Amino acid sequence: MSGAGSDLEVGSDFEGSFSSLDPILNRRAEVQRTAAAKLTRRKLTSRAAALFCRASLLAALVPLVAVLSYTIKRGISAWSLAFFTHLPTPAGISGGGISNAIIGTLIIDFFAALMAVPLGVGVGLFLSQSNGKFAYVLRFGADVLAGVPSIVIGIFAYAVLVVTLKHFSAIAGSFGLAVIMLPTVTRASEVAIRGVPRDVTEAGLALGGRKAHVARRVVLPAALPGVITGVLLGIARAAGETAPLLFTAIGSQFTSYNVLHPMAAMPLIIYFDGIQAYPDLQQAAWGTALALIVIVFVLSVGGRLLSARVRRSVG
Amino acid sequence: MSDQPVVTEHSAVEQATVTVSPSPKRESALMATAMSHEVNDSAKVMRLQSLGVRFGDKLAVRDVSFDVLENCVVALIGPSGSGKTTVLRALNRLHDLTPGSKVEGQVHLGELDIYSGDLDATMLRSRVGMVFQRPNPFPTMNIYQNVVSGLRFAGVKRKALLDEAAEASLIAAGLWESVRFRLKAPGTSLSGGEQQRMCIARALAVEPQVLLMDEPTSALDPAATARIEELLSELRERVAIVIVTHNMQQAARVSQRCAFMLMGQDRAGELIEFGPTDQLFNHPSDQRTADYIDGRFG
Repeated sequence: MSGAGSDLEVGSDFEGSFSSLDPILNRRAEVQRTAAAKLTRRKLTSRAAALFCRASLLAALVPLVAVLSYTIKRGISAWSLAFFTHLPTPAGISGGGISNAIIGTLIIDFFAALMAVPLGVGVGLFLSQSNGKFAYVLRFGADVLAGVPSIVIGIFAYAVLVVTLKHFSAIAGSFGLAVIMLPTVTRASEVAIRGVPRDVTEAGLALGGRKAHVARRVVLPAALPGVITGVLLGIARAAGETAPLLFTAIGSQFTSYNVLHPMAAMPLIIYFDGIQAYPDLQQAAWGTALALIVIVFVLSVGGRLLSARVRRSVG
Repeated sequence: MSDQPVVTEHSAVEQATVTVSPSPKRESALMATAMSHEVNDSAKVMRLQSLGVRFGDKLAVRDVSFDVLENCVVALIGPSGSGKTTVLRALNRLHDLTPGSKVEGQVHLGELDIYSGDLDATMLRSRVGMVFQRPNPFPTMNIYQNVVSGLRFAGVKRKALLDEAAEASLIAAGLWESVRFRLKAPGTSLSGGEQQRMCIARALAVEPQVLLMDEPTSALDPAATARIEELLSELRERVAIVIVTHNMQQAARVSQRCAFMLMGQDRAGELIEFGPTDQLFNHPSDQRTADYIDGRFG
């Protein structure tokens, strides 16, 4: 390399060979020579890197596949029509089910979403329009909230609703789960609304629309696919949370539709039955775990399909 | 249109003030007024007086004054950063949305001072329409909904009026024949040029007095650009137009008045020359205008 360089210097001052006179040809020759010399090594490095990526993917899939397959293996044997339609039975008596827990989970999650979604979408809309200090604090707060352990949120819901109402209740559980959903819904909404091009908003305002009108008629509909995905991911995340329910809904052996009273929920069945010494209760816990996974899976996939469909109709 | 005599009277007053103070900078404005007499039934729709725009401490545009006449296309030309778009967005108060922005001087729409405190910005914007650089149809709305959206924002619910406005403005935008049987199709399903004409129809549907266009053809292919340019000569019969363009040939083709802007020493845009387009292109009174038009910079 130093040879080529000195050639160049000499060549520019004295008359040398034609090729060494032209710096472009010199550089081109050297680049091509170097590339050819290192070709084998570069190919090997590239192959090794690709191999490492594939191995990492496989390693990451192992726990997922293991959890899924083990839960299916243990849980599927618990499944029967009775399992989904009957009430739980004491240990040793067959034919028990988790119908009350499925109903409970649906009710608790529904009310949690009812609290978290309007608030979260509203805050997301605000955050998307504002870059001020208050928005910064709010955004930071949402991120912190997303990292708060769910057991802490459970204690919080207990202190706020159970202690003041003086008894355990499903609505307190919904409140705890709503707190867990809130940051997911908020940030997903913010991102989705920010994704709507600014000049679309400006077009609305330039036509004489008020900010609130333009937000409702133009911006929110355009952001809907992303908002729906965020909401369903939030629900899916909250549906499997156990800790907030331990302090609040606490569980029940019976079917309850009264949100002011204790209520059964699927994560609670897993928690309470899974650690029992009786094989039939353990099996019920596995069956419930599998059902919960299916629900979360359906919510996630459904959310993506729905948002894809809305996006298509949006065009 | 009924208040036209009043506006003409006002323009006479304006002329008088110009004659009293003929500073070098005003000379071109004086000529513009002189030329406007040759353009029949021209009246001032919008007047800019020493318009300046600040963003925080930074002065973006200073001291821009010119008139927008009826039946007339005004082109704003000049190199990037000379403040053309900033001036345009001051005319429908879009700068209100930018925190820290401040508009100085005065802009009148007819007799209305648009920056007087008691005028609602949304009222102004329904009288001063805007077409943007890129076609920006409302993504969840079909063609019909897009076109009537300005009327809906204003609270119009009467179906007959909505239908009438949709048809009239789509005809004016030269789009009616190709979309009349698919008004329910998404606005985004149209081609780029058609989308931009739909956006023009959307802006026209509220029957504004002035239409602002911010480089409306910069995202379009030559054929679509040509269609929009043809359209402008028809549109100016019903609405005064202010168009920002980077393309000087376009300015020469479509406009009757032309404003040349340039970035000054302190990086603030200023108006160098304003006048009838053919005069500005063929006999510019400022050397900088001549240099720009000859392609010596910018």
